[in-house]
Amino acid sequence: MEFLLQQLVNGITLGGVYALVALGYTMVYGIIQLINFAHGEIYAAGGYMGVILISWLFAQGYPPAICLGAALLLAMGYCALLAMAVEKVAYKPLRHSSRLSVLLSALGMSIFLQNGLMLTQGVYDRAYPGEMVQGGFEVAGAVVSYMQVIIVSVTIVLLLALNLLVFKTRIGKAMRATAQDKTMSALVGINSSRIISLTFAIGAALACAAGIMVGLYYGSVRYDMGFVPGIKAFSAAVLGGIGNITGAMIGGLLIGMIEVFAAGYISSEYKDVFAFIILIAVLYFMPTGIMGENVDDTRV
Amino acid sequence: MTIRASKLWLGYGVAMAWFFVLLWPLLGIKAEGLEFAESISIWLKVAVAAAILLGLHQLKQGGLFRFLEKPTQAASAAADALAARVPRWLALCAVAACALAFPMLTERYAHDVAISVLVYIILGLGLNVVVGLAGLLDLGYIAFFGVGAYTYALLSVHFELSFWLCLPIAACFSAIAGCIIGYPTLRMRGDYLAIVTLGFGEIVRIVINNWMSLTNGPNGVLGIKSPGAYWFKDGSFEHIWLNSLEQLYYIILGLAMLTIVAVYRLNYSRIGRAFEAVREDQTAAELMGVNTLRLKLLAYAMGAVFGGIAGTFFAARMKFVSPESFTFIESAMVLAMVVLGGMGSIPGVILGSLALIALPEVFRGFEMYRMFVFGGVMAVMMIFRPKGLWPAKRMGARSEERD
Amino acid sequence: MTEQTPILELKNVTSAYGRIKAIKGISLKVYPGEVVSIIGANGAGKSTTLMSISGVIKPTSGEVWYAGDRIDGLAPDLLPSRGLCQVPEGRRIFPRLTVEENLDMGAFFRKDTDAINHDKNRVFQMFPILLERRKQHGGTLSGGEQQMLAMGRALMGRPKLLLLDEPSLGLAPLIVQQIFRIIREINEVDGVTVVLVEQNANLALKSSSRGYVLETGNVVMEDDAQALLVNPAIRAAYLGE
Ligand SMILES: Nc1ncnc2c1ncn2[C@@H]1O[C@H](COP(=O)(O)OP(=O)(O)OP(=O)(O)O)[C@@H](O)[C@H]1O
Ligand SMILES: [Mg+2]
Repeated sequence: MEFLLQQLVNGITLGGVYALVALGYTMVYGIIQLINFAHGEIYAAGGYMGVILISWLFAQGYPPAICLGAALLLAMGYCALLAMAVEKVAYKPLRHSSRLSVLLSALGMSIFLQNGLMLTQGVYDRAYPGEMVQGGFEVAGAVVSYMQVIIVSVTIVLLLALNLLVFKTRIGKAMRATAQDKTMSALVGINSSRIISLTFAIGAALACAAGIMVGLYYGSVRYDMGFVPGIKAFSAAVLGGIGNITGAMIGGLLIGMIEVFAAGYISSEYKDVFAFIILIAVLYFMPTGIMGENVDDTRV
Repeated sequence: MTIRASKLWLGYGVAMAWFFVLLWPLLGIKAEGLEFAESISIWLKVAVAAAILLGLHQLKQGGLFRFLEKPTQAASAAADALAARVPRWLALCAVAACALAFPMLTERYAHDVAISVLVYIILGLGLNVVVGLAGLLDLGYIAFFGVGAYTYALLSVHFELSFWLCLPIAACFSAIAGCIIGYPTLRMRGDYLAIVTLGFGEIVRIVINNWMSLTNGPNGVLGIKSPGAYWFKDGSFEHIWLNSLEQLYYIILGLAMLTIVAVYRLNYSRIGRAFEAVREDQTAAELMGVNTLRLKLLAYAMGAVFGGIAGTFFAARMKFVSPESFTFIESAMVLAMVVLGGMGSIPGVILGSLALIALPEVFRGFEMYRMFVFGGVMAVMMIFRPKGLWPAKRMGARSEERD
Repeated sequence: MTEQTPILELKNVTSAYGRIKAIKGISLKVYPGEVVSIIGANGAGKSTTLMSISGVIKPTSGEVWYAGDRIDGLAPDLLPSRGLCQVPEGRRIFPRLTVEENLDMGAFFRKDTDAINHDKNRVFQMFPILLERRKQHGGTLSGGEQQMLAMGRALMGRPKLLLLDEPSLGLAPLIVQQIFRIIREINEVDGVTVVLVEQNANLALKSSSRGYVLETGNVVMEDDAQALLVNPAIRAAYLGE
């Protein structure tokens, strides 16, 4: 029972992180039908920016809360700029090419960014300042660390903010309109390039937050940390129905839970395999995901 | 300056400012304090290079190089004429002769590199069947290489089976693995296929990594035998191990040539044309009575066979296999070769593997920049030369190149 | 009236899909306050003409002038704010936006919230069914309702020139009547200039002042609507007699 509860706590933490990353995949796929392979690298870049900024702010003597908040915001801005640059350089010129070309370009960018991180930050793990957030409390036998509380609350705040943005604001409506019909959205005066850029920026900011929190949670980051979570988050997006924002959130949570429970009750060595098997099973048995996908043009 | 030109330079300014904002935090923010020297020096180099490129582009637009156009056109026309006059078989013979004489002309180190190049050529050609010919993006191709390598490794270590016997066995195993992976995935749409094959590739690696009792996990399998042969000596046949680099070179050269011939024949066979039909327009192909699912499965299986063969040789040559050799990066590398060379093009793939495996050996000091550069080149190629360095001739406009 | 400067003028516009030319040197003029119909058989190039005006298709040659500016080559998203709005073929409602959100999108480029609300109310008055369906997804509306929504969405941009592509397609006669009543109303009351592409030539010409006849990408005839209506060739070819 305690074990179960503990797994639940861990699953929610991990699932929230996957949800944040999955949103970037789903939004980008929804709007330009591209599996943005470079998204995992944006997440990793976020993790690194977190280390860099928090270490620096910490060295300046700011209290942890301020370090964390400022680093989060600055890094999110950084990743947004990074993703927009990637989009402008590697995807936008290919807007009218075959989807295979864009996919390969995305793959190239992923390799490029990953190795760029390696070249600038080194091959080895980079540690977060350890004394940032420590301790925790116990609920019915399950240990909840303060870090987990922070992760879950930041995740919830970001998810709520995104929901507000996408479903309530004028820009959010324009994003959805562009995803549904680019020609028509141009005919009502929406500049689709700008909307696409914005979509990349938002997705990147969320992935960045996820990267920082994972870095804080595990205490370190690595240049290739984006690869496996990237695939898992994409699985989450597919599970929830690609293009579907609510679906990505639920899918992320589910994948996180499944991973934690599979690791706890079946085998921790094979935990990564489960996410992939779910991805394959979902695509095979219900290609539109549990929530139905929001993509009109699904041809390749 | 025209409005267009000033807009271009304005764009340049914005891009460079943007680039600095992205570069500096990575290099310049340290716990010890802020630092600018390194990032500014890198930034300056990039900015100057970009400015030169942009300037050249402008000059070209302005027609300043028009005086060069005629001579270059004439030169390329002359080269084409010359190439047309030399018969194809002669050119092929020359290449084959060079390949055969290679070990006599070069050193051990070069043999080593050449063997790697040839292994990658087989891999590239195998993947080319899947990606170039059938148009299915496979990001987990290296799994078949792994299946082939481990099949031989285990059979050799536990049962002492010979390399030559294991070659077809490993090819079969890989083909079966190809079908197992292919069957559930091939109904999916193209870009999902990419991510699913990637997932499968990872599954294979993770399984190899964790199935300790069979594969010895991350420690790998040691003591794999080299290929054997019987050699006539002193009036009787004697068994010897072909384990010198030269001998291995000739084995892989033979395998690579077989692969080239097989793929060439496939390209121009009925099946090859059916592949093309499926790639160009699946619906139309189906209407014409092509069983697309079976065909795709066949493409997968054939691609896998070549992967398995390359893997078998790899295990025999290294005498050791471990899961580390079968990571996603390897799949990406083979794919990069195919893309760089030209999808569907045999000479393209050969060129691609030379460029990706041999070139970095020439620039050894820049080893660590290799993947960085490849990634960038892959994206740039898609923009400026999507058909590769040596495009396939028969490839018409792809159906997906609509809009 | 014809001494005025035209609000829209096409000079020798050619547009192509790949290598196939869909319109071949079309010239036409539309004066402020007019309703001009473009009629022609399937595939004559009517929709292509409208798409070339709104910039979705870039003409390969020729010029498009609107309100004194040359607009060919401009991105399509720059035109609604200049008062040029289009209801494209097939309505193209945003299927997973609610009816109200679809209308909001029509006013995307506008910032005047009060006026927007006023216009929205007006659309709801014109098409009361839309008010009823306000919270429903656009994709779940019936064809007629979608056509109303498409019109309403275009009107939310306060157009000076409205391009309508087959507003009567697939609709019951009663609904068609209603749609055409609205077209006349916005033309007469609000002074919106209308370019009307129609299969239903009879209906279109009866509501227009002038008409152009397109055949395989060329303008083969232009005249007053009344004259076209009684023209025996037109009657034979497009009015089913
Ligand atoms: N996206 C496209 N790609 C290729 N050809 C097209 C495309 N759209 C239209 N065409 C071709 O251009 C020509 C003109 O088409 P257009 O849609 O303008 O005709 P139309 O007059 O609007 O016909 P309808 O009354 O059926 O709507 C046709 O021959 C059509 O086949
Ligand atoms: Mg039409």
